[in-house]
Amino acid sequence: MSQVLIIGVDGLVFASWLFLVSVGLSLIYGVLRILNVAHGSLFAVGAYSGASLVVAYSQAGNWPWGTLLALPAAALAAGLVLGPLVERGVLRWTYGREPVVQLLVTFSVFLILEDATKLLWGVSPYYAYQPYQLLGQVHIGGIDYPAYSFLLLLVAVVAGGGLWWFVRRTRFGRVVVAVIHDPEMSVALGVNLSRVYVATFALGTVLAALGGAFTAPMISVVPGIGVEVIVLAFAVVVVGGLGSLEGAAVGALLIGLVRAAAVHLLPVLELFTIYLVMAAVLLVRPLGLFGRVEVRRI
Amino acid sequence: MRRGGLWALAAVGVLAVAGVVLPRWLVFLLTLAFAKGVAVLSVVVLMRAGLVSFGQGLFFAAAAYAAGFAMRGWGLREALVLVPVGVAVAVLLGAVVGLLVARYRDIFFAMLTLAFSMVLYGVLIKAYTVTGGSDGIRIPTPSVLGISRAGDEARLLVYYLALACTAGSAWLVTRYAQAPAGYLAWAVRDNEVRVAYLGAPVNRIVYGAFLLASGLAGLGGVLTALNVGHVDPGLSYWTTSGELVFVAVLGGSGSVPGALAGAVVYEVLRSYAFKYAPYAWQMMLGAAMLVIILFLPGGLWSPVERWWRRQQA
Repeated sequence: MSQVLIIGVDGLVFASWLFLVSVGLSLIYGVLRILNVAHGSLFAVGAYSGASLVVAYSQAGNWPWGTLLALPAAALAAGLVLGPLVERGVLRWTYGREPVVQLLVTFSVFLILEDATKLLWGVSPYYAYQPYQLLGQVHIGGIDYPAYSFLLLLVAVVAGGGLWWFVRRTRFGRVVVAVIHDPEMSVALGVNLSRVYVATFALGTVLAALGGAFTAPMISVVPGIGVEVIVLAFAVVVVGGLGSLEGAAVGALLIGLVRAAAVHLLPVLELFTIYLVMAAVLLVRPLGLFGRVEVRRI
Repeated sequence: MRRGGLWALAAVGVLAVAGVVLPRWLVFLLTLAFAKGVAVLSVVVLMRAGLVSFGQGLFFAAAAYAAGFAMRGWGLREALVLVPVGVAVAVLLGAVVGLLVARYRDIFFAMLTLAFSMVLYGVLIKAYTVTGGSDGIRIPTPSVLGISRAGDEARLLVYYLALACTAGSAWLVTRYAQAPAGYLAWAVRDNEVRVAYLGAPVNRIVYGAFLLASGLAGLGGVLTALNVGHVDPGLSYWTTSGELVFVAVLGGSGSVPGALAGAVVYEVLRSYAFKYAPYAWQMMLGAAMLVIILFLPGGLWSPVERWWRRQQA
């Protein structure tokens, strides 16, 4: 029983992290139809901004709980600066070209951002452990968990819920849904497509940066942390179905729980669980669990 | 195409002489570039069918490790045996992986191939006792045609081996491009539904291209391993595959001489960039790729090709 509980908790925590880092990717794909390979770099930029803000804030000797606010603030700033920059500066020139070309363009953006972070923040690691230490431990089922993990869960729920509310309940969100379903018709009805694209890409970037910022206190922030994130995020999004927000949540849960189970029951498989789940889902449902079938052009 | 063949022969001749004339470090670099060029050809073959693989590192690394194991486990030293062994392993692996990925297109294909190469990367890192983990394994100096030398002369032998393999691969890919299978692959890129309606087996064409690409990537991997004398899991990392895609785009997707020239330019540029701007060279690569994609969609080779066509007309 206790093992089931541990697997459940571990899986939930890992799933919330996966959801945070992948939901932005899915959102951007849903609206812009571009698979953003640079997503991992946006994550890394978020991690660096979060870590450096926390370090600067703590060294100034401020109110310690403020570090928890510094993380989302840094992510917001990083996303709102970088998102529009990448979309207006690069991506908008590729709309309407082959998906493969768009993939290569975002790959170039990834290469540029990887080195930009090195030039901006240097190559020595950043440690932003303050928020992690601050929250201490909680005791569940005879095991001590860092309370920070549950903060991650909370952040994922808030981010997911907020996104759901934005898409389903606000006017702009409904415009976004319209664009997802039929960009051409939306334009005919007076939707400003470039505004929707910029806003969506900025939102996706903020989400990636948010994932990075809240990851920063758990790791040492070093060059290269963004590289693996893109692979993981893609796996999650593909399992759920590209472009589906519910799919990202379900995909993250599925992969998180399976990985937690593997860690405790079959440690050898840990590294491969994500790919195994992805391959298994794609074999049964080539478009993912929530993927929509698209009409093929003749 | 007669004149194209003559040009190619002339290039091989010049490069054969260059092996003796050029300084050692440049010969080493050229060998690396040839090995990479062969692997880039595998990306070119797939791009012909409209597919971008971000996982050619899978075959690149698998073949390199296969050669390494054959040398250490069975004591094989003969490069003319090691190369086929590596290529065979890569093709076999491609035959299995291809069964799954040949059904997918676009980004799904790109990311699935990426996932498979990352699985191999994970295996190579984890199976420490067999693969040496992240340290990789050392590869002894090979012999070519029973001739075994040490030091610089051994390098020269590998250079000529790589030159021969590259020329052979270039010929093979050119022939493939002119064969029905190659033309059909092109048609699949343009509109796969129409190809299916015409009665051609789309998935089999893609599978065939994938097999050819696996073999080529494997050949590049073996040559790299023999030249460098060391293999490590980084060969299977997705940035290795990304590099191959980069060179293919640089040289002009779909062009054989473009891909090979691109590989040489890339290797030379990279070795200098590494030395003078270690933290900014990826950025330069990215910027160069953006400029090429946005302003010169045919790649660096396309002005040459246009000139060539005008000459022939």
